[in-house]
Amino acid sequence: MSETPLLEVRHVKKYFPIRKGVLQREVGRVHAVDDVSFAVREGETLGLVGESGCGKSTLGRTLVRLLEPTDGEIVFQGKPIQRLGTRRLRPLRREMQMVFQDPYASLNPRKRVGTIVSDPMRIHNLGSRNEQKRRVGEILETVGLSPEHYNRFPHEFSGGQRQRIGIARALALRPKLIIADEPVSALDVSIQSQMLNLMEDLQNEFQLTYIFIAHDLGVVRHVSDRIAVMYLGKIVELSPAEELYTRPIMPYTEALLSAVPIPDPDLAEKRERIVLEGDVPSPIRPPSGCRFHPRCRYVTDVCTQIEPPLVDYGDGHLAACHHPLNVDQETLQRVEVARQHSPAAADASALPHDSSGRSNPAVAPAHDTHSR
Amino acid sequence: MAERLLEVNDLKVRFATEDGVVRAVDGIAFALERGKVLGIVGESGSGKSVTAMTLMGLTRGINARFEGEVLYKGKDLLQVTDRDMQEYRGNELGMIFQDPMTSLNPVYRIGEQIAEAIQAHEKVDKRAARARTIELLRQVGIPNPESRVDDFPHQFSGGMRQRAMIAMALSCNPSVLIADEPTTALDVTIQAQIVELVSRLKDDFDSAVIFITHDLGVIAEIADEILVMYAGRVVERGTTRDLFYDPQMPYTWGLLGSIPRLDRPRAERLHTIKGAPPSLINLPEGCKFRPRCPHAFDKCMQEPGLANRVETAGHLDRCWLDVAYKREHRDESISGGSAEAA
Repeated sequence: MSETPLLEVRHVKKYFPIRKGVLQREVGRVHAVDDVSFAVREGETLGLVGESGCGKSTLGRTLVRLLEPTDGEIVFQGKPIQRLGTRRLRPLRREMQMVFQDPYASLNPRKRVGTIVSDPMRIHNLGSRNEQKRRVGEILETVGLSPEHYNRFPHEFSGGQRQRIGIARALALRPKLIIADEPVSALDVSIQSQMLNLMEDLQNEFQLTYIFIAHDLGVVRHVSDRIAVMYLGKIVELSPAEELYTRPIMPYTEALLSAVPIPDPDLAEKRERIVLEGDVPSPIRPPSGCRFHPRCRYVTDVCTQIEPPLVDYGDGHLAACHHPLNVDQETLQRVEVARQHSPAAADASALPHDSSGRSNPAVAPAHDTHSR
Repeated sequence: MAERLLEVNDLKVRFATEDGVVRAVDGIAFALERGKVLGIVGESGSGKSVTAMTLMGLTRGINARFEGEVLYKGKDLLQVTDRDMQEYRGNELGMIFQDPMTSLNPVYRIGEQIAEAIQAHEKVDKRAARARTIELLRQVGIPNPESRVDDFPHQFSGGMRQRAMIAMALSCNPSVLIADEPTTALDVTIQAQIVELVSRLKDDFDSAVIFITHDLGVIAEIADEILVMYAGRVVERGTTRDLFYDPQMPYTWGLLGSIPRLDRPRAERLHTIKGAPPSLINLPEGCKFRPRCPHAFDKCMQEPGLANRVETAGHLDRCWLDVAYKREHRDESISGGSAEAA
């Protein structure tokens, strides 16, 4: 990549302390986001997927500094922002906005639509009141509402319309980056597709960059250029969107994909389904080694002891796994060599590796449905 | 033929509200046989939950008006007194609700809540009820049921709470299990577990299931027959194969086209159903889907009846369009912008 990314995240951690007793001593920590690094290019959509409790929402909120990162660097437009104070952060807030999941809870029921959408402009002193009002009318039209809705209250709108108001509010400041936290999961399918198309149009019109957080892999594939899969606070796979679906490397991704219900009875019957046992373990005491190992069907000893580093398998496809799937021998050897050069992997290479017979040279049969 | 457990004939449910009469369910009919799974799909406000709750006798109230019949093993449940209904509820018909977070009482232990359901219906002592509870929790796949039975709901994860709800619904061996969006609040991995559990338990308990959802993917995996509901009506009804491979109603096409699908190449643009579902107080004239239908024509000002218009018997729809025309044009909606049609 030649150009500097719009947003770069380096080793970001967010721990929530657990305090107990009269003295409120710290007795433990929730490792909500644990050493996450990635970059977002201008104009792209990065999808962030994972089960509930994997830390995707916490990460989203940490990126816009709604939560303070415990450690790590967040670089926005070349400028580190992780330690900026409120006042110096404010101009940057114009550039990054959020759309929240629940269209019922994220709009103040006592404020009129006009106020909700114009508040950001008022806070940032953009234009006179008349100009603000005119802008609100324009934005409401852009998101598919009408300027006459200015004086209405949120309760007068349906879920889909409310989510449009939430998007209008985020757009009011003409931001560069929008972090959308499950923007469509509370909506019906027909409304959901309207919303996704709208977000796509807005991206083209305003050159927006999205970080799109969702648990629905179908939705994420539709909107994203690249996708990061999170599990228990870690990014376990990061890949160009289509590649993730045709050639998942991390067994967790494979299992997630196989769990997505397919609206085609014949295909659904034929498909091999990997049902993950149990729930996501507690992020207070995450499992040792690879965090996915208690639920992984390929688990071996090395997985329980050593945490696999996130390695590049070529073409921007990164994954953290001791037993990568869908990787040919050649790539595997190249990666093995590269891994030995990184200090984090030095310990790993000291231990016996077990990668024999585990790397499928071609696409796994479970995924041949995608090549139709 | 398998035993017919439930038969619903021309069921109508209306609620009188301040704003007018809400026609929540407006003439639906279906039958359910032992061992079968009936899927009901539709958007919010299409009447699917009201249908389910009416079967359970949970919509009774001074503002509610019912018409039609709900025959359970030949007995009309709409005519049964509130008191007798309690005998049916739980014993004959069990229900799993959508939101496992709010449908368990947070101040009682999981085990107490399930045992309470057992003791409400059967004359058993506490110890026997507790033993049954533990056995049920084991059947629904809760690890370590002997100790987890004394946990509070907040100690369970979302998936485990839904399992506990299923255990409660099954506690008195109902013949019909009604699952109202049981997987909607759950992650895909947990959703897969629950779908598998429901279809396994259906066989173990030799019961029939009504599975309500708005997720066509889930329904494709579990249902034998499907009702598509819109504005309180059934707009299409058929076997799962009929519905997915030969859908007749433009609304069904819209639903199928709205989902970003993993089994197809990525569509450039998703198909959308324009507008929003109609208000159930002021329904549009004629076909209720007409205002949102891209194929609407003059005749749609009269409402089409639910009738068999294709070669397959039992596949019913409410659409005036010519079958050949539909087969030719539906892929535009179903596959959205993608070039490939299935």
